[in-house]
Amino acid sequence: MFELLGIAPQALFGQLLLGLINGSFYAMLSLGLAVIFGLLNIINFTHGAQYMMGAFVAWMLLTYFGLSYWWALVLVPVIVGASGIVIERLMISRLYHLDHLYGLLLTFGLALIIQGLFRNQYGVSGMPYSIPPELQGGTNLGFMFLPNYRAWVVVASVVVCFGTWFLIEKTRLGAYLRAATENPTMVGAFGINVPRLITLTYGFGVGLAALAGVLAAPIYSVNPNMGADLIIIVFAVVVIGGMGSIMGAILTGFGLGLVEGLARVFYPEGSAVVIFVIMAIVLLIKPAGLFGRTA
Amino acid sequence: MNIAKPMLALVTGLLMTSSALAIDIRIGVLNDRSGIYADLSGEGSVIAARMAIEDFGAADKGINVEILSADHQNRPDVASTIARQWYDNDNVDVIADVPTSSAAIAVHEITREKNRVFIVSGAASSDLTGTMCSPNTAHWTYDTWALANGTGSAMVQEGFDSWYFLTADYAFGHALEADTSAVVEASGGEVLGTVRHPFPGQDFSSFLLQAQASGAKVIGLANAGGDTVNAIKQASEFGITQAGQALAGLLIFITDVDALGLNDAQGLVLTEAFYWDLNDETREWSERFEAQRGAKPTMVHAGVYSGVLHYLKAVEHAGSKDAELVMAAMRELPIEDPVMGGGELRIDGRKTHDMYLFRVKSPDESSGPWDYYEHLATIPAETAFRPLEDGGCELVN
Repeated sequence: MFELLGIAPQALFGQLLLGLINGSFYAMLSLGLAVIFGLLNIINFTHGAQYMMGAFVAWMLLTYFGLSYWWALVLVPVIVGASGIVIERLMISRLYHLDHLYGLLLTFGLALIIQGLFRNQYGVSGMPYSIPPELQGGTNLGFMFLPNYRAWVVVASVVVCFGTWFLIEKTRLGAYLRAATENPTMVGAFGINVPRLITLTYGFGVGLAALAGVLAAPIYSVNPNMGADLIIIVFAVVVIGGMGSIMGAILTGFGLGLVEGLARVFYPEGSAVVIFVIMAIVLLIKPAGLFGRTA
Repeated sequence: MNIAKPMLALVTGLLMTSSALAIDIRIGVLNDRSGIYADLSGEGSVIAARMAIEDFGAADKGINVEILSADHQNRPDVASTIARQWYDNDNVDVIADVPTSSAAIAVHEITREKNRVFIVSGAASSDLTGTMCSPNTAHWTYDTWALANGTGSAMVQEGFDSWYFLTADYAFGHALEADTSAVVEASGGEVLGTVRHPFPGQDFSSFLLQAQASGAKVIGLANAGGDTVNAIKQASEFGITQAGQALAGLLIFITDVDALGLNDAQGLVLTEAFYWDLNDETREWSERFEAQRGAKPTMVHAGVYSGVLHYLKAVEHAGSKDAELVMAAMRELPIEDPVMGGGELRIDGRKTHDMYLFRVKSPDESSGPWDYYEHLATIPAETAFRPLEDGGCELVN
């Protein structure tokens, strides 16, 4: 049996698969960020908090209303997305004519407030949320034991990511959206309600974060800090992929998951920084990101 | 006649000071108030300190106690800035709690430099009373050696003799791993390997699979709080425990078990210095605590209570808040309180008391919220902690 740097190939396949699973969370979260930045020009720092809200609302639906995971998958993005729409209407919409920094500060402040409120109410230890019975157990692939739930996460994430890409890049609605960001006055003149389009886009981006939160709830601890821990990495993913590039966010999300998975085998202590090292290198060589277009 | 009134006031004043102490004490409770250790320490430790002051009856004894609290965010740099500020500008006499060993080590050094008192409850590293020991520090509740000794030797005795460690990559994790490895090897077991994960972590599946591939009988979790919760959850998800490998949670608090749920936590063997349901006194105290906190106390909270209570007794005994006199009184006085029972404060700063080995109940065995532990064994104070001569503390001899 050949070995690569002391690691058996089976173990390596296992680790790559795990990297892909983590990558699917990165991809879904960075996709939402990229959609919001690409179409609204807002750097949405509330994204991590909205991901956390997704997991918490799923837990609330189960605890207070007895609604299962499957209900949560449908309801949570709508509920949290609606809360995003309220935030967009009341606050973010007032900042479009200002510099990026104002949007960044507002959303960052909102994230701190939301996390603080949840922490105050629920503490930091987290809430138990079980894997739905239909997805419990796993399959032995020979080189590793793949839990059914993780397989489901990868499939769901791939479908959602490419569905979103298709919606924005290949449909008429997507064309309106892209046109509206390019020249809002012109698109408005054709009778399209541009502000509403933008509000709904923000709601959709937030809904994506919430959906990722629901997918994460059964495997990660549902706690108020879960988004804060992840959001920094996700921002690095978006920067590497190129701010605002939909396909860039998806591919870099999965790709960096794989890289991180490898780092966990070869140099575990460095696995937390490997993404940032890559970010620094990419910014030096290609400042607009791997898939970004320089303006 | 003119001077009668002031004279009277002076005499009364003198009389009053001689019957009571009139000492102002400031206690700084420094811990994690927003991160992964906020539930096991946090505001609960402030409540515990306040309960100690009330139960001691400080006001009646002429000792005026004030509590300050702050969030060190589990960062040594933040912890040392606050500790310096408290000692230099706010006249704080004693700092209590300080989870996260790296932060506690920072405060430990500053306390020695400023000659004040440090009562550690939340931090675990046994180095605090070993090579780094200080005459100003009392390590109150538990340490990595005691955890390793309790859980480690109990597991090896049950036949789990080959270990692989999943270690949080900072001072605490390293100390816990080192102490447990020593216990495992001394009990005839072997350590097959170790993987160090970033702190705090989120996804442990890669590390768990590496541990699984090692073929060790036990995966030792040398981490704490949310990291342990996530690792245990994911080990069950990846079928690691079902496939026959055992998990040893080397530091698990009751708040972690609560967060995991008994379904995932059942069967874990763990070592604690305190459990609310040990006896009538702990139940009564925990009920008072719960009324204020909304959750049962952890051993860290119990340790803050016990430590602050004993500190105040020592101040009363010494009639002074001078760090040297108070520390001497703390060592001299017998330690006895309703929460952690009897014990002593050793010259190396280690406070000894009984430790307990528990097993987490299954959902069927539990009668409701917080009924989580089945008592397996009591490790007597004499053997629960590292022998004085083994720590390498220069204060010994």
